[in-house]
Amino acid sequence: MPSHPNVIDPAFTGEVQRESEQNLALCYQCGNCTAGCPVSFAYDYTVNQIMRLVQAGRKREALSSHAIWLCASCETCTTRCPNDIDVARVMDALRHMARREDMVSEKAVGAFWKSFLDSVEKHGRVYELGLMAAYAGRTGRMFTDVDLAPMALRKGKLGLKAHDIEKIAEIRGIFDRYREQQQ
Amino acid sequence: MSPRYAYYPGCSGLGSSLEYDTSTRAMCESLGVELVDIPDWNCCGSTPAHAVDHLLSACLAGRNLEIADGMAEERKLDGIITPCPSCLKNLKTTQRSLSDPEFRRKVEQVLGKPLRAGLPIKSVLQVVVEDLGVEALGRLVKTPLAGMRVVPYYGCIMVRPPRLMRFDDPENPMALDNLLRELGAEVLPFALKTDCCGAALGTVRKDVVARLSGRILDAAVEAGADAIVTACPLCQMNLDMRRPQINRANRSRHNLPVFYYSQLAGLASGQGEAATMMDKLCVSPRLLLNSLAQHTGERA
Ligand code: SF4
Ligand code: SF4
Repeated sequence: MPSHPNVIDPAFTGEVQRESEQNLALCYQCGNCTAGCPVSFAYDYTVNQIMRLVQAGRKREALSSHAIWLCASCETCTTRCPNDIDVARVMDALRHMARREDMVSEKAVGAFWKSFLDSVEKHGRVYELGLMAAYAGRTGRMFTDVDLAPMALRKGKLGLKAHDIEKIAEIRGIFDRYREQQQ
Repeated sequence: MSPRYAYYPGCSGLGSSLEYDTSTRAMCESLGVELVDIPDWNCCGSTPAHAVDHLLSACLAGRNLEIADGMAEERKLDGIITPCPSCLKNLKTTQRSLSDPEFRRKVEQVLGKPLRAGLPIKSVLQVVVEDLGVEALGRLVKTPLAGMRVVPYYGCIMVRPPRLMRFDDPENPMALDNLLRELGAEVLPFALKTDCCGAALGTVRKDVVARLSGRILDAAVEAGADAIVTACPLCQMNLDMRRPQINRANRSRHNLPVFYYSQLAGLASGQGEAATMMDKLCVSPRLLLNSLAQHTGERA
């Protein structure tokens, strides 16, 4: 586990509670979520530990964890929590907060998602090839799926042309007004 | 009156899962389900949007819901359907979040329009299995998939979270099992039918994907399957197109094909390999399809 000073932020629990709309006090650390989590092996904190960090107000550790970015949003934790906590939504909320506070520890995941949304803003739909190029540019990585390209192109699985929607102005408007609201 | 739905194809249907979109449309047509494409639909934001912000996600999904609302009455729509579970989850999550008036106000402000979002939203699979019944598909079968041993792979979010998706059993769904049996296939029990393949992390953490997808392939082979059958474009692409990466990482040599259930429905109802776009699959189903044809020939 990474070592961060254990600063306790008493307001943090409430913020996560509001953002995720979940009652975090209900978690009694049974570990069901972790037992079913397929990505646990790659996490720095298991998902029930993340829940515990949030309950304890340990903001830094929770928001800078790798776990929240490796979560595959598979909903197994939510499905199996005996207290009906939407645990996957808590993970979502932590990602939102980590991004706002500039604490994203899995930079590549963050960069990929940013590239994805840029593609949506530009075209209204996802343009897979453009997305890969933007992602490669943003991370300085090579086109990491370059080995798949010949097959993907041969099978027509990677569109070479972007399909812009007709009323792309509406999408740009959505992104603009969304940004205004965030300020 | 035959059912009529607004259809949301999702971005992958234009490229990486063209065969899913095409065979889904053909299946709906043969079942008498009319699809009305949501005109000028946009990307629902998929995982990145809800992972980045719920409001942005709801606005992107909301624009599509609003367009569907707008034509619901005139076209007498029974609801909105999509083949993609990831799109489905986003559309349904948005609909649910809109019941909070404060949140709805924000979404409408960003959209610049009022939003009703009252139409029921379902997967194509759910409509086929629950509303029409698998027997309806069974009646169309001309060449049963006899001798084909398959495992149904639902992926993680087709039935989860249950309170949102409201479809089948979240731990042991049977919709695809029953459907494939109706097509004449031999359906094997599959313990990993709802386990996550890691698709959301596809490009970025291939180590994680290789491990999760590898487990699913291992289990399918162990069960004795000739093929995996799925209803999710992300799962299919992960298990099929990424196969060389998965095999390399795990030192395995898995070569079993991964079909969409709608492709097999088309095949069994006599649509042929070209119409069901079997050539789009990266892991070739050639040998299996040949032996199926032989099987059918012998019985004829
Ligand atoms: S399953 Fe629910 S109650 Fe149990 S540890 Fe996880 S979040 Fe807490
Ligand atoms: S949603 Fe995320 S945290 Fe929950 S089980 Fe799936 S991968 Fe693990």
